[in-house]
Amino acid sequence: MTETTIANSPDSATALGYQDLPRLIALMTGDEKHSTSADSTLDVLWVLYDRVLNVTPTTVDDPDPDRDRFLLSKGHGPMSYYAILAAKGFIPVETLVTFGAYDSPLGHHPDRMLIPGVEISSGSLGHGLPISVGVALGLRAQRRRSRVVVLVGDAELDEGSNHEAIVLAGRLGLDRLTTVVVDNRSATHGWPGGIAGRFEIEGWASATVDGRDHEALVAALTAERIGQPNVVVAAIVEEGA
Amino acid sequence: MTATATDDTMRDRFADVTSKLLDEDPRLAVVMADIGGAGFVEAKRRHPDRIMSIGIREQLMISVVSGLALSGMRPIAHSYTPFLIERPFEQVKLDLAHQGVGAVLVSVGASYDASDSGRTHQAPEDVALLSSLPDWTIHVPGHPDEAELLLRDAVAADGNVYLRLAAQSNAAPMPIEPGRFHVVRRGSQATVIAVGPMLDRTLEATSDLDVTVLYATTVRPFDADTLHAQLSAPVVALVEPYLQGTSAMWVSEAFRDMPHRLLSIGVRRMENRHYGTPEQHDEAHCLDVASLRHRIGQFLEA
Repeated sequence: MTETTIANSPDSATALGYQDLPRLIALMTGDEKHSTSADSTLDVLWVLYDRVLNVTPTTVDDPDPDRDRFLLSKGHGPMSYYAILAAKGFIPVETLVTFGAYDSPLGHHPDRMLIPGVEISSGSLGHGLPISVGVALGLRAQRRRSRVVVLVGDAELDEGSNHEAIVLAGRLGLDRLTTVVVDNRSATHGWPGGIAGRFEIEGWASATVDGRDHEALVAALTAERIGQPNVVVAAIVEEGA
Repeated sequence: MTATATDDTMRDRFADVTSKLLDEDPRLAVVMADIGGAGFVEAKRRHPDRIMSIGIREQLMISVVSGLALSGMRPIAHSYTPFLIERPFEQVKLDLAHQGVGAVLVSVGASYDASDSGRTHQAPEDVALLSSLPDWTIHVPGHPDEAELLLRDAVAADGNVYLRLAAQSNAAPMPIEPGRFHVVRRGSQATVIAVGPMLDRTLEATSDLDVTVLYATTVRPFDADTLHAQLSAPVVALVEPYLQGTSAMWVSEAFRDMPHRLLSIGVRRMENRHYGTPEQHDEAHCLDVASLRHRIGQFLEA
């Protein structure tokens, strides 16, 4: 197979693809306890940055108010996120090896003040979805049509703050807001009746798809919703499970 | 004279001025959690997308404010003190300054304006809590005119600002400047710093004492420069309308190279299981004129 050069300029970095991500992720060591978490988000994040979001290094360097916003609420295990930001030219690939070091911009939880293209600092769970409601409300007040996508984990939904946001977003019909729930069955007490049902009862449109199926993810993430926020439950079934 | 409520309250002034500012500044938005909406009925008709009533969801209120700021707006969050600062404190910590965005938090209720509502509606710890975070500006006006001036200053800025409104008010406004202590009286024995609504009673309590009285309406950043410049003796008394000792660290820091004496007066750390009026709570916390006179006088004689 052709070997892809690991480069650090945005132009050459665009040559990096999905097949390069495991190698990029392997450059980051020290947070192995969250490897499963990182792996669970890999395909959703790739699909978002490769095929869904209107976000590029250019829209970030000179902030475009009409860019789409992606908020990684589940800040744990950000290795997949960082690898994709590198593959798409937001950050130099070389930075990945500094992961977790004192002077590195790449912590074990992302910091928006240190990393180009990162819309929120996260790590403490249950903040991203509520903030995304505020972003969506702000963009709506400014008559902008940007999409707002927030990624949470199924266990993260245990945090009560999410449910304040789920209720309000449904009541207000924030149809430019999409929540992706990466469901790797890690919530301690599970979600009887399914995660989608929790959102639907508050007025959200929903789709539950295989979190590894790129075509299904694209279809669910780009579905037009009129007057309803959108939740996409990306189910992750580990091999052998 | 003893501080009393006036007909023109800080809370009313906040709603009136903010409503006007909403007409002038398209970046401004107000988020409330089912408290304070009555003051914005007319403004909400004009600006339905920028006056947001989100239900009784105080954590969400702060996060929404963060999101609004991230989208380029200048948001205000408004509620009762304990529900604005204490209940959503992690959101205050992580969703504002940590995200690199700013907002204006405007509280009503002060330490115990809701004296008859009991402990659940009282938050004398608010300024101490916010003081534990970096880069906050904290305003404690003592009169509706001062509240308006400080509100306008806060909205025009882009950082994080806390505006603490109170039902208790001084009889007349002072010619304050945001960020600076105002010199009300000069003396030689000590410097007394009266914060916000504590000014009138502090002046009355020290009327026969040879002390400098500084009036503080911006308490963070702490105006150590004015304190230094006006110091006639290394003896300082703080009279704060919130938790006793809240600003003690800043006085100590200001005089770290100088032996000094400090008396911290404020709301005492105790479960005061009584209702009644704010004035009765003032007495319970030794914040009435007679108690102030006794404590400051005793301190100067020691």
